[in-house]
Amino acid sequence: MTDMYSRAGNAADPPSLYPDYVGTRTRSPKQPLVIIPQTLSEITGPVYGHSDARSEEADLTKQHVGEPLGERIIVKGRVLDEAGRPVPNTLIEIWQCNAAGRYIHVVDQHPAPLDPNFTGAGRVVTDADGNYQFVTIKPGAYPWGNHPNAWRPAHIHFSLFGPSFLTRLVTQMYFPGDPLFPYDPIFNSVSDPKARERMISRFDIETTKPDWALGYIFDFVLRGPNGTPMENRDFPDQD
Amino acid sequence: MPGRTPSQTVGPFLHIGLTGQYGFREVFDATVADQGVPGTHIRIEGRLIDGSGNVMPDAMVEVWQADSQGRYAHPADGRPVASNSFRGFGRCATDRDGGYAFSTVKPGCVPGPNGSTQAPHINVGVFARGMLKRLFTRIYFAGEPANASDPILALVPAERRETLMARPDPARSNLWRFDIRVQGGADETVFFDA
Ligand SMILES: [Fe+3]
Repeated sequence: MTDMYSRAGNAADPPSLYPDYVGTRTRSPKQPLVIIPQTLSEITGPVYGHSDARSEEADLTKQHVGEPLGERIIVKGRVLDEAGRPVPNTLIEIWQCNAAGRYIHVVDQHPAPLDPNFTGAGRVVTDADGNYQFVTIKPGAYPWGNHPNAWRPAHIHFSLFGPSFLTRLVTQMYFPGDPLFPYDPIFNSVSDPKARERMISRFDIETTKPDWALGYIFDFVLRGPNGTPMENRDFPDQD
Repeated sequence: MPGRTPSQTVGPFLHIGLTGQYGFREVFDATVADQGVPGTHIRIEGRLIDGSGNVMPDAMVEVWQADSQGRYAHPADGRPVASNSFRGFGRCATDRDGGYAFSTVKPGCVPGPNGSTQAPHINVGVFARGMLKRLFTRIYFAGEPANASDPILALVPAERRETLMARPDPARSNLWRFDIRVQGGADETVFFDA
């Protein structure tokens, strides 16, 4: 039985153990992973439809009585597989801190103000061509306890499903030109510089709306078919 | 060919976007199968433990499974599931004691590679701060006769298979216990690469 999904692309992922990111030292397995074939249990996964997300959940600036403080932005793009094909009807979930770099989370003790008009959570389902779009505010940088004077570059957390258990992806989207990149072990845990670049969104003047919001484009590439597309006519498409 | 987007940690604040704890509408919870779904209804409980022996109160567990007849609610399976309300997916954030719990039905046997049959099992994804990518393991059921011929268990060194077995709780019927040790010695949970 040959693999339905490519394994080569997994080389883009960081290792489980990246000692500069201190938390990985006790949260990474010491035993090698057991390599297994891709069975029906792995090539299936939860199926989504547009009823799983509501339109207001794509606009993080409209979830409260007033508008959140900060720089309003549009984040949009496509979800593709490694063969370049769109991934339609797939769920995307996001969460982020506010413009001051503070999460509403009880564990976040960064002494920056909370914004009563910002929760920082959003959800969309991609359209038939794999497109998605969020409206939000640009998150701030924030400190964390990993090492002295540690600050996370501004980022939005993204969670995607794709058509199977194997296409599941949780990642972070960064902003172009962030001066904190060289100092961030989470960003630098991805060893290939080209793969790191793929986590950085791109400013786009066409997406930018006059007098209203800056536009950023960010495309995702999930695990795709093993081998050439011609050999993969049975590759499952999600309806 | 576009290059794949790398994984990054879910971080400590996952609850804002992925669970209902901060006022955002929850679309997934720990009920994988509601009471109307045919099958043997079970509960699975366990704890997540790190390499220092500490529980992990900031983690998230996702499960994916077939129904009681061993069918997945997905077009790549193609066989109809026993109930339209069965999606087969669940999500649970760990509590302050590192605990998680799912309510579901015991899955049936699932077709395996090359005409084989897989023993009842549940695919598990573990996410947490300090984890740069998802860890993938499986819950099997101790005492299940089909375990002996399961093609995936056969790939696991015999002395490590025990880490993949949920155990029935002697005090409560239909309660199974499954702890996940993300880093340990001989008792480290087996994780897979598919
Ligand atoms: Fe963050």
